[in-house]
Amino acid sequence: MDNSRANLLEEAVGINKGGRVVAVEDCVETSGAFVLYHFLKRSLHPDSSDVVIFIAFSHPFSHYERILRKMGCNLTVHRKNHRFVFLDMLTLECPDRNGKERRQDGLLALYGEIEKAVEIYSSLEGSRTITIMIDDVSLIEVAANGSSNHVLDFLHYCYTLKAKYGCSFVTLNHEDIYSSANMLPLILQPEYFADVIIKAEPLATGLASDVHGQLTVLNKGSVCDLGGSSSKVRNFHFRVKENIVDYFYPGTQT
Amino acid sequence: MASSRPRGGSFSRNISSAATAQIPGVKLGPNGTSFLSSGIPDLDQILGGGFTLGSLVMVMEDPEAPHHMLLLRNFMSQGLIHKQPLLYASPERDPRGFLGTLPSPMASKEEKSNERPSEQDANLRIAWQYKKYFGEQTEVQRGGKAEYCNDFDLRKPLERHFYSGQRVDCISLRDSPNLVPLLERCSTFSAQISKSDGNITCAGRIAIQSLCSPQCDFSDKDWEMLSFIRSLKGMVRSSGAVAVISFPPSLVSPAFLKRWQHLADTLISVKAIPDEDKELAKLLTGYQDMLGLLSVHKVARINTQVPAILEATTFSMKLRKRRALVLECLNQAPVDGSSGSSYGTSGACSGSSKTGNLDF
Repeated sequence: MDNSRANLLEEAVGINKGGRVVAVEDCVETSGAFVLYHFLKRSLHPDSSDVVIFIAFSHPFSHYERILRKMGCNLTVHRKNHRFVFLDMLTLECPDRNGKERRQDGLLALYGEIEKAVEIYSSLEGSRTITIMIDDVSLIEVAANGSSNHVLDFLHYCYTLKAKYGCSFVTLNHEDIYSSANMLPLILQPEYFADVIIKAEPLATGLASDVHGQLTVLNKGSVCDLGGSSSKVRNFHFRVKENIVDYFYPGTQT
Repeated sequence: MASSRPRGGSFSRNISSAATAQIPGVKLGPNGTSFLSSGIPDLDQILGGGFTLGSLVMVMEDPEAPHHMLLLRNFMSQGLIHKQPLLYASPERDPRGFLGTLPSPMASKEEKSNERPSEQDANLRIAWQYKKYFGEQTEVQRGGKAEYCNDFDLRKPLERHFYSGQRVDCISLRDSPNLVPLLERCSTFSAQISKSDGNITCAGRIAIQSLCSPQCDFSDKDWEMLSFIRSLKGMVRSSGAVAVISFPPSLVSPAFLKRWQHLADTLISVKAIPDEDKELAKLLTGYQDMLGLLSVHKVARINTQVPAILEATTFSMKLRKRRALVLECLNQAPVDGSSGSSYGTSGACSGSSKTGNLDF
């Protein structure tokens, strides 16, 4: 019973294979960060040899380490075993207020770092998927001092890694920021590239202690699927605990 | 007392945590976090212990009433009493004037003189006979009694000796065309209180009042302010400090307001209540004594993924004995004013519609 519940998100997202782009979107009232942690834990599963490159703009390493440790995944050990690459971008300042060229430099350097890491890990033998995670996209924009074009360029560069090395992507973004019309590209373009879009929202009736919000998962399906109706939308509630997240359909929670 | 007992490996953690508890005014919380008191006992309780050390607290001001100043004053006053280094920035010409408005802790004559001896007696009695059994517990209680959070008398200014000998930096936001000097001050401030080995030796408090007020030259540079907040957040996180920023949300454009809210670890809004709002008066008991409403929109979640779900998000601010600030749950939630999202608009609507009616 419990097992099937925990897999509701897995079910909706589908089987784990390389070259997938997952876009997680949340809002002020409900944080969607736990979905990111879920994917992080899944990628670092002891049975696989997948590698995660984590680009953190919002929290220091200790934050993720503590959360994942409670979920039974030791990031420090994975880091030592070269399965987890943590890029701390908490203090990345691209603009430097001197000129426009510097602004792009910061992101370019970051992309260079990512590409280098991807190259190193994909050249190693064995089949492994490299997952690139970004927490979160809106803060890249802040670091780039509002030049959303540079951020979009950066994301496009990253997406090219998918074609070249078969990398997967998981990005977190805040949907409610982009409610006004002129800010749209930064949410629409990643959504266009994404195979799976996961939205975390509060319940219309507000939050409760046993239902922390709802997830809407839009699975666009992959190209290799033959059927036309491959796109699926699922909606379910969730409750976040320290070590596990409960997913359940509305009203089915005991 | 308890040291005679042999301590195993599992106890080593207790010892280290006891060491951090020695820092005045810092309380240990769950998930390896520590709390700093907000200076309002009720708010501490609502937030589960206080402001998390290393978090960024944002207070959304009410454009009509200076209720956010109550929060800032109590926050800073509590810091002075704990002898913590402070940094205060405001758009005023003379930010040091803020120190003169800080409230003084509740006089110990009335309540405490009544409580103290009995408690001390209890301690003494325990110390005399049962110490070997209760040694550790009483220790903890005494640590809590060293006034983690004071009650403040809003009518009495803080005595001068509290802030004369201490490091209190005051900065006016008006002096500079951009936020670079303020950021530098903040970074030197947080560098001073954070140790290189990661252990925190003392906690600091940063308060920035009305960050985007129009008196500042940078108030139209949305991205610069945003990146300042982000940098400040990064700085505070790596040091033992809490930063409180208050800002008027009506002056920030809606798209940026959401970004500000996302950047905040803890998000609080204060709201004045109109004097003669008959509908609201009917809905709420004790409406006459209310100073305003305080809503908690977001609680800092550091080192954990579990969201904090509060039993109530809107509280009434009242003055007990016209002195101490207390927060109370609304006895009967207003139909339209209780949810966070509709909060600003509905309050304003009902307020403006009622201004013509005077009812005595």
